[in-house]
Amino acid sequence: MERYYQPEIETASREQIKAWQDERLVKQVRHVWDNVPYYRKKMQDAGLTPGDIQSSDDLRKLPFLSKADLRDAYPYGLVGVPLKDCVRIQSTSGTTGKRVVAFYTQEDIDLWETCCARAIVAAGGTNEDVCQVSYGYGLFTGGPGLNGGSHKVGCLTVPTSSGNTERQIMFIRDLNATILCCTPSYAAYLGESMREMGLTPEQIPLKAGIFGAEAWSEEMRQSIQDTLGIKAYDIYGLTELSGPGVAFECSAQSGMHINEDHFIAEVIDPDTGEVLPDGQQGELVFTAITKKAFPLIRYRTRDICVLSREKCPCGRTHVKMTKPRGRTDDMLIIRGVNVFPSQIETVLLNLGYPANYQILVGRVNNTDTLEVRVEMTPEMFTDNLGEINARQKQLVDGLRSMLGLTAKVTLVAPKSITRSEGKAVRVIDNRKI
Amino acid sequence: MINQISVFVENRPGALRSMTAVLAENGIDMRAFSLAETSDFGIARVIVDDVYKTTTALRDAGFVHSVTQVLGVALSDVPGGLDKVLRVLAEAGVNVEYMYAFLGGKKGEDAYMIFRVADNAKASAALAAKGVRQVGQDEIAGL
Repeated sequence: MERYYQPEIETASREQIKAWQDERLVKQVRHVWDNVPYYRKKMQDAGLTPGDIQSSDDLRKLPFLSKADLRDAYPYGLVGVPLKDCVRIQSTSGTTGKRVVAFYTQEDIDLWETCCARAIVAAGGTNEDVCQVSYGYGLFTGGPGLNGGSHKVGCLTVPTSSGNTERQIMFIRDLNATILCCTPSYAAYLGESMREMGLTPEQIPLKAGIFGAEAWSEEMRQSIQDTLGIKAYDIYGLTELSGPGVAFECSAQSGMHINEDHFIAEVIDPDTGEVLPDGQQGELVFTAITKKAFPLIRYRTRDICVLSREKCPCGRTHVKMTKPRGRTDDMLIIRGVNVFPSQIETVLLNLGYPANYQILVGRVNNTDTLEVRVEMTPEMFTDNLGEINARQKQLVDGLRSMLGLTAKVTLVAPKSITRSEGKAVRVIDNRKI
Repeated sequence: MINQISVFVENRPGALRSMTAVLAENGIDMRAFSLAETSDFGIARVIVDDVYKTTTALRDAGFVHSVTQVLGVALSDVPGGLDKVLRVLAEAGVNVEYMYAFLGGKKGEDAYMIFRVADNAKASAALAAKGVRQVGQDEIAGL
């Protein structure tokens, strides 16, 4: 029996969802016009006034916001309420440029935590559960978001934050944690560490995991589920739009339901900006229709995915997005070919290699080089050099057919690739361009 | 038959030493040693006095390894000694994958070699039939 945190919203009719979106978008555009001069100017430049937006059908008339706008308007340029009404900021890691600083009113935090609560209930969470939040707490949205959602659901919340793997495992075992929230790479690492301690999946009390904040493949999901003996659910979000919980997976594990009562999703052609029909792959664009402090309109996420409105067996009616294939920022262009780290991960996991890998990109004589470092495992090791060489070749072939590129595959010692306790550092690009 | 321990070693300065350090710290005595290398990694093959202690120490130190059964052969330390053994194996149709010399027995008259062959049982029987002496794990440990 599928359970919902807010059944009347999560299973509302499409007409009802559209009605909410129409009303809220019109109101939000007026709010932004009145309070965010930066965006009002963009609308004026496009010859628009709030009156031009009568329903969500008019959304496509509105100009986009991009990460560059966030940079230009830093820090207060896109804030939609007086600072006295803001109660919190959260911020991105700033790995791909300047930090994003997002603002929240108390209501904004409530709706964000509500979205996270929906995700926890969709993963089977109830007030009987012990929910360990091993996402970082602080400026990063992962910890605070899931922490708040866990409170709303009534779980016993264990705010371990990230890091200190021994302590994480101690709490999971001693307090019988049933739900784990962290990045997928950290979940894989915790699983690996517990296996090394001799723990079988049956001895690990966890039953579900809510993993997000980085791209991960279906194969990685399978491997985490097997080592921890859990069902692993994906969760999606961006600091710019509040944090995790913008979309979340249900028991069907076939894409994430976008919380459409708070966010309108579009998929566009990243080159032309043209809106694409459902089912076509493109860049995901979000409009926050309820948030007041940081009300982004048509924000380009640079995440590549596909939207689907097919009926979901879980009963939720909100549109589903596929797992992002990768951020356009994560995408590497190697010898003119677009490469997503997630593609490399898929090849490795399919061939039985661990999800721990590192991609090194370099440039020799004006030609890009791609090296994939993979850790040798006891299962894979043999005394026979020929067999190991054959496995290496199998990897090279697998990568070639996935990427259309020849990569050098280097087998390295176990645990020699740095483990991430937060977000994984998968790519080292040494090209000086 | 002898239990040979094969260890995965990265091909970079100090990698091999980090493995021998583990053996040294645990007071393990090596009887034979060989290294097979590719461009980015190698396999160190060792014969030791205490297989259990060695594999435990290597595992605890995080080294990937495996145990392979190899033949230990005592051959006369005279011209033609090795040739005789290889002829026996050739006539028995046994393929030798690799072989390496022993660090040295202390008795003087015999030389020892380690053979990794495609078919241990067949090779062992052929050597025994031709009177070639083989050494087992216990004898190795005692040398």
